[in-house]
Amino acid sequence: MTATAPSGPGGSGTDVRLAGISKRYGAFTAVHPLDLTVPAGSFFALLGASGCGKTTTLRMIAGLETPTTGSVVLAGRDVTALPPYKRPVNTVFQSYALFPHLDIHENVAFGLRRRGVKSVRKQVGEMLDLVQLGDLARRRPHELSGGQQQRVAVARALINHPQVLLLDEPLGALDLKLRRQMQLELKRIQTEVGITFVHVTHDQEEAMTMADTVAVMNAGRVEQLGAPADLYETPRTTFVANFLGTSNLITADVLDASGDDLVLRAADGKLALPAARCQVPARAGDKILVGIRPEKIALTHADDAETVPDGRNRVRGRISSASFIGVSTQYLVDAPVATGTAGLSVYAQNVERDPRLVPGAEVLLHWNPGHGFGLDAAQRIEAGTDVDLGEAPS
Amino acid sequence: MRAVARPFRRLRRHLVVIAGLGTLAYLLLPNVIVTVFSFNKPAGRFNYEWREFSTDAWTHPCDVAGLCGSLSLSLWIALWATLGATLLGTLAAFALARHRFRGRGAASGLFFLPMAMPEVVMAASMATLFLNTGVAFGFWTILIAHITFCLSFVVTAVKARVASMDPRLEQAAQDLYATPFQTFLRVTLPIAAPGIAAGALLSFALSFDDFVITNFNAGSTVTFPMYVWGAAQRGTPVQINVVGTAMFAVAVLCVLAGQLAGRRKNRRRGSRRS
Repeated sequence: MTATAPSGPGGSGTDVRLAGISKRYGAFTAVHPLDLTVPAGSFFALLGASGCGKTTTLRMIAGLETPTTGSVVLAGRDVTALPPYKRPVNTVFQSYALFPHLDIHENVAFGLRRRGVKSVRKQVGEMLDLVQLGDLARRRPHELSGGQQQRVAVARALINHPQVLLLDEPLGALDLKLRRQMQLELKRIQTEVGITFVHVTHDQEEAMTMADTVAVMNAGRVEQLGAPADLYETPRTTFVANFLGTSNLITADVLDASGDDLVLRAADGKLALPAARCQVPARAGDKILVGIRPEKIALTHADDAETVPDGRNRVRGRISSASFIGVSTQYLVDAPVATGTAGLSVYAQNVERDPRLVPGAEVLLHWNPGHGFGLDAAQRIEAGTDVDLGEAPS
Repeated sequence: MRAVARPFRRLRRHLVVIAGLGTLAYLLLPNVIVTVFSFNKPAGRFNYEWREFSTDAWTHPCDVAGLCGSLSLSLWIALWATLGATLLGTLAAFALARHRFRGRGAASGLFFLPMAMPEVVMAASMATLFLNTGVAFGFWTILIAHITFCLSFVVTAVKARVASMDPRLEQAAQDLYATPFQTFLRVTLPIAAPGIAAGALLSFALSFDDFVITNFNAGSTVTFPMYVWGAAQRGTPVQINVVGTAMFAVAVLCVLAGQLAGRRKNRRRGSRRS
C-alpha cells in the first residue's frame, strides 16, 4: 500500500518516510508492510482502534521497536539501525512517563543534560513558560494534576528541538473538557514551533480537530489517508465510513452506468450517485454500497412529499425513534432500503422543527445525490462500528 | 454519682493512648534496664544487682578481654556482608524482575527459601559444606554464610521495587538521549534506591546480630553475639550493657535524623507552595 500525504505548512521539522515497514510478533502481525510519508512540518495523526498497530508504528519511528522488515528514513537519513537515544525524535508517552524521582525542572532538563549541555536553566525556564508551568519548576510530578503532567511531558520532549515529535495517546488520561483544551494547546504549540508532529489516537474527533493529515489504521494496515474533510466526505472503505463519524450504508444494484450519474436500485426505489464518487468501477448488474452521512439527509413528512425538489434521492420510511440532543434531533428511521442495519440515522438541525416528526410518522428521506459515496459491496457493512475504543495502556 | 463517673469517662476517652503507652513501656523496659545497669558498679562478675552509680564502663569500654575485638569483627562482617549481599542481591533482583529465562521461577523460590527455612537447617548445611570441602572456619566462612542469608532479604526488597517500576520510564530516558548505562544510572538506580537501601539496612542488622548460623560456621572466631553468649555463662561485664546502650542510641538517632530530614523537606515544599 502506498500513501502520500499532501504537504502541510512549512516548518523546521523534517519529513518521516516509512518504507515497507512491518512488525511481526511470532505468528501475529501487528503492522503489515506499510509505506508512509509524513511531510515536514505537518501535524499527522495515526487513527485507529485498540490493537490496530498505530502505537507499534510510532514506536518503530522512535526506535523503541525494531521493525521486522523495512526502514525508517528521517530527512533522507536511514535511521532503522539507530537506537532510540541516537535518533533526532522525542516522544510524549501515554501516561507521560515523567521521572518520579526528579522535579519538573530536572525532568525537562533531562534531554539537554544527556547531550552535555552545560547551562540549562534559561532554556528550561523558557520552555516551562511556553507550557505555562514556570512557577511549578521545583515540584515533583506526583504533585501535579493530569493536565499539568501532560504539559511537562510535552515540554520535556520539545526542549530538545526534535526533528519529529511523537505523541502516543497523550490526551487519553484527561477528562473530556481538559482534552479539548489540550488539543487546541498542542495545535498552537505545533504551529508555533513548526516541528513535524506524529500523533497516535483512537479518538476520531481528536484526530480531525488537530491533524492536517489523518491515516486511519485497521488490523495493521492503513485503510485510508488524507485530510480530515476528505476522509469524512469521501471514505473509501466501510471501516473508514463507520469509524469516522456515522454513515448510512445502503446496498444497491447498478442499473445503468453509462452516464455521469450511476442509476441504482435499492429495495423498490431508484437512487442516483455521481460515478466519480464511486470508489469501485461499476457496471450495470453490479452490487455496490451507497453511503450517506446522517446530517446530509433531510426529513419531510409523507404528506408533504410533493414539496421535495426534483433531482434528489428519495427513500420512504417510518420514524422508529427520535432523541432531542439540543443543537439537533437524531432520528432513527425504518426503511425498506436499510437491510442488514438498525435503520437509517438522520440528524436534523433544530431550526424549524415539524411537530409531526415523531416516532411512528411516515416520512420521506431525501438528499443531494452528490453527497453520497459509493463503496465496494464485498466488505463487511458494519466494519468499524463495533471496534474496541478502550485503549488499554500497554 | 457524677463525681465518680467523670474519671471513668476520662479514662475511656484516652483508652487508646493509655494502651499505646503501655505497649511502648513493655517494649522499652528491657532497654531501660540495660541502660541503667550500664552505669552500675557490680560487686562480683554478674551485673544483676544494683550497687552504685559509676561511669567506669563507659570510659573504659575495652577493658574486658575480647569484647572490643569481637565487636569490631562483627561490625566488619556486617559491613562486608551488607556490601556483598546488596550488590549480588540487586543484580539478582533485576534479573528476576526484568528477564524471562528458563528456571526463573525456581530461582525465585530458592532465593526465598532461606527466609522461610529454620535458621539452624541452613547453619548446619553450610557447616557441612565447609567441612566437606575442607575450608578452614573463620572470618571467610562467616562472611559467606552471612551473605547467603542476607541475599534473600535484598532480593525480596529490590524485586518488589523493580517490578512495580513503569518500564516506560526507561524508554523515556532512552528517548531523551540517555545511553543504556546512563539510563540505569540516572533513572533505574535512583528509582530502585529505596528498595536497595531497605535491603542493605536489613542485611546489616541481620548480619550484626546473627548467632545461630555464625556459631555453626565460626570455628574459633568469636563475633559479638557469640561473645555475649559466652560471657553470660561466666559473668556479664558492664561493658556489654554499654555496647548495647550505644547501639540502641545510634539506632534511635538514625530514625530521628531520618524523620527530621523528611519533615524539613516537607516544610520547604509547603512554604514554596503557599
